[in-house]
Amino acid sequence: MPLPTGDTIGILADNLTLRQSVLPIPAKSATRWAAGLELPRGSKTVLYTGLMYQMIPYIAAMNKAQEDIEDSFLVNFIGLGRRINKLINVSSIMARPSKTMQQAYNQILVNIARLLQQAGVQFGYLYEEELYSGALIYDLGMDHVLKEHAQRVYATFKKYGVKKIITVDPHTTNMLRSVYPTLINGYDLTVQSYMEVLVERNIRPRSDLNTAVVMHDSCVYARYENVLNEQRTLLARAGVTVKEPANAGKFTMCCGGPAESLFPKKARDQAQKRVEQIKKVALNAVTMCPICYVNLQKAAGGAVQLEDISSYLVRAYC
Amino acid sequence: MARVNPEFAGAVKESKAFNASACMNCGVCSAVCHMGIELLPRKLFRYVLLGIEEKVLANVETIYSCLLCKMCEVNCPASVHIAENVRFLRHYINKKVYQL
Ligand code: SF4
Ligand code: SF4
Repeated sequence: MPLPTGDTIGILADNLTLRQSVLPIPAKSATRWAAGLELPRGSKTVLYTGLMYQMIPYIAAMNKAQEDIEDSFLVNFIGLGRRINKLINVSSIMARPSKTMQQAYNQILVNIARLLQQAGVQFGYLYEEELYSGALIYDLGMDHVLKEHAQRVYATFKKYGVKKIITVDPHTTNMLRSVYPTLINGYDLTVQSYMEVLVERNIRPRSDLNTAVVMHDSCVYARYENVLNEQRTLLARAGVTVKEPANAGKFTMCCGGPAESLFPKKARDQAQKRVEQIKKVALNAVTMCPICYVNLQKAAGGAVQLEDISSYLVRAYC
Repeated sequence: MARVNPEFAGAVKESKAFNASACMNCGVCSAVCHMGIELLPRKLFRYVLLGIEEKVLANVETIYSCLLCKMCEVNCPASVHIAENVRFLRHYINKKVYQL
């Protein structure tokens, strides 16, 4: 039996309303990546993680539990779970993230911050005041819940006088750049992905990587936000030959991640299809979205060497 | 015999987001969808426009299985906002069926 759609959406939406995130994670865990970087709190320009990379190790642990539940008698208890979840954070009990995975995902954020510093960008960070963008709640069609949340996010930006936001993943970029302006009157923030900022700043590499890699574009960057050339420009400058799989660029194939919260098995089948396309071109690939990264990695099971694009960029530019 | 629900048809008409009436029923969307969602854009949206709510509600799993990846949308010759239309249906079902 699949997971009960209404109750699962209900739990995620309740979490956003009660705990400001679909999957609440401890503030320490969300901000640990920034330790030692001495980023100022707030500032006119902020690096905004939207908690996406930090949340993935928790989502991975949670999905493991969900996959075990899907097709078992336990699905019948999710309704009860929703009622309990209003009182205590059920997902925090179910999700125990792996330490190595947390370190790997935190390192991606460190890489991105270092790249921006290398390009001479002055930016701050909102630390534990940074909120999740609400992307999943938007996708699931809970617009009324999202609207309230978006106001809270916007108010935090206003509190620190933020004018420009640099995002690290496609989903947060899309929410803050294209969705929020439809929800908030007078929305006046400039939003750019860090790759757009690096290209605009004309960052120059310090070393030539002299290698080749398959590019997996995120649907949201490619088809929603038109971020297509930046990743190619940055890799080409770094001496990386970009190989394109079937369904490349604007016609990229989805990693399956968006189905994960309700239909984990469908998500996995879709990821498998994409991994097969990648494998036909080469056995090393780059992603630029934490959801693509985790889904494809899971489906590849080590058969393809996947890396976040920032890992390549930091080796060449920093 | 399918019944038309005027309340459902009304809600769809009121929505600025739902623009499926431009659909030419060419089938490109179904052909390119990697999830193999054959029903989703063209047939389902037709039911929606006709106000046949029961057909829509019989396909809840399909509606929530869409990845909103827009592969269909970039290939659609009639510029139907397929992903946005799917989100509209989810919003309707969340409220109407799940009381969320
Ligand atoms: S591709 Fe566009 S016009 Fe063709 S059937 Fe699908 S929604 Fe209709
Ligand atoms: S958005 Fe993607 S998953 Fe949904 S119907 Fe279109 S092609 Fe299929």
